[in-house]
Amino acid sequence: MARYDRAITVFSPDGHLFQVEYALEAVRKGNAAVGVRGTDIVVLGVEKKSAAKLQDSRSVRKIVNLDDHIALACAGLKADARVLINRARIECQSHRLTVEDPVTVEYITRYIAGLQQKYTQSGGVRPFGLSTLIVGFDPYSGVPSLYQTDPSGTFSAWKANATGRNSNSIREFLEKNYKETSGQETIKLAIRALLEVVESGGKNIEVAVMTKEGLRQLDEAEIDAIAAEIEAEKEAVEAAKKAPPKEK
Amino acid sequence: MKLDTSGLESAAPVWGAPSELVDGFSAAPSFEVPNTTDFDGFQKEAIQMVKPAKGTTTLAFIFKEGAMVAADSRASMGGYISSQSVKKIIEINPYMLGTMAGGAADCQFWHRNLGIKCRLHELANKRRISVTGASKLLANILYSYRGMGLSVGTMIAGWDETGPGLYYVDSEGGRLKGMRFSVGSGSPYAYGVLDNGYRYDMSVEEAAELARRAIYHATFRDGASGGVASVYYVGPNGWKKISGDDVGELHYKYYPVLPSTVEQEMVEAAAA
Repeated sequence: MARYDRAITVFSPDGHLFQVEYALEAVRKGNAAVGVRGTDIVVLGVEKKSAAKLQDSRSVRKIVNLDDHIALACAGLKADARVLINRARIECQSHRLTVEDPVTVEYITRYIAGLQQKYTQSGGVRPFGLSTLIVGFDPYSGVPSLYQTDPSGTFSAWKANATGRNSNSIREFLEKNYKETSGQETIKLAIRALLEVVESGGKNIEVAVMTKEGLRQLDEAEIDAIAAEIEAEKEAVEAAKKAPPKEK
Repeated sequence: MKLDTSGLESAAPVWGAPSELVDGFSAAPSFEVPNTTDFDGFQKEAIQMVKPAKGTTTLAFIFKEGAMVAADSRASMGGYISSQSVKKIIEINPYMLGTMAGGAADCQFWHRNLGIKCRLHELANKRRISVTGASKLLANILYSYRGMGLSVGTMIAGWDETGPGLYYVDSEGGRLKGMRFSVGSGSPYAYGVLDNGYRYDMSVEEAAELARRAIYHATFRDGASGGVASVYYVGPNGWKKISGDDVGELHYKYYPVLPSTVEQEMVEAAAA
């Protein structure tokens, strides 16, 4: 039987929960993650730090399945992420067992956020140091969703969002350039947003795409191809900007 | 990694507080054990003593237009008819019905409890619970009280996103999905009529008449069933009570007394 120590997360005189805010700092230092919702697809992209030469890159997947129709990416403490993801995966199956229905994206997000909140109000534990981006399709309505949770335990739905390093710049970019897209266009938008803060190339970003059929990880070659497309478009825009003065 | 069994958690009294953060099995529910030489025998006797004979007839079936639920209304204590007007069809919520067979209190309480859980599910998830989910919630609760003397033989009928749904749930912890069920001491008689007259594409009126007749025939032969035959229909807009007929009157409706021809009539003998 655990003896509860005194609480670590307590209020400061001016109403802050410092442990939670420090956890958010840890998130801000984590690698960038972006999520974009389209009409028939949701895309997750995560910055990949250059892998050590001897490391087997397949063991460091950053975008994971919670169930056939739900995926998660996160920024922050990866060890905390592993624990949270395991609990969420169990809850997905437990839900299937008790109501014979897959979870909705909102349900599992609420569960994860609830778990994160519990650890800000219990004795002897510290908050989880990660924010998550959760994407998926609801089982019967087939509506795509993107949700975000953070260490304080709040969650909300987004059309597009970013978390982790430089998330503010990515979010600004998304606010300027977001529009309702579908299929390949959504993938391009997500990669463009991520490339704002990450060095270009398939080696440095991991992208996964969730459709009604399930989760698909894009391989390096595909990402490189799309990145090249984006580069080409950028150059064309630059060239067009320089051209008009001549045409006058 | 310990399994999260919160969905299966027993509502029965628990000794020893489970740890909140670490998901583990809560301590097994238990009552204090009485001081006897032969506890198993004692337990068997106790169960036999409280085991009500499920004196009733209830039935439910699914057809093209939805689900039909019907029941009698007699409550008996051995040979004594304690009531002729028991409501055996319990309204869980506007689109789900439960039937009562076995212990009346058990059925009423746990159906009401199920209604609460269904409403909480709606509030938390912004959508109605499915008949599958509701029946599973009830079955899990009943399973956790298995062996403790609950007597419930119920059918959960409702209409959800996937159409009409019908499940049979009992206090042994069993749960069956099906198209036709009848529960109670009068069920063999009801099954005879129901299985004979059932077609998937009946109209609502035909289905209601089939249900009514099945209950009537069961009350005719089974002493523990009688009173009023109630018939409910569950459609896409929820349930609706179709009829409640006294089975005595139904008898004379189905088998009216024909005035028979008189062969010989007794006349008063003229005073000698």
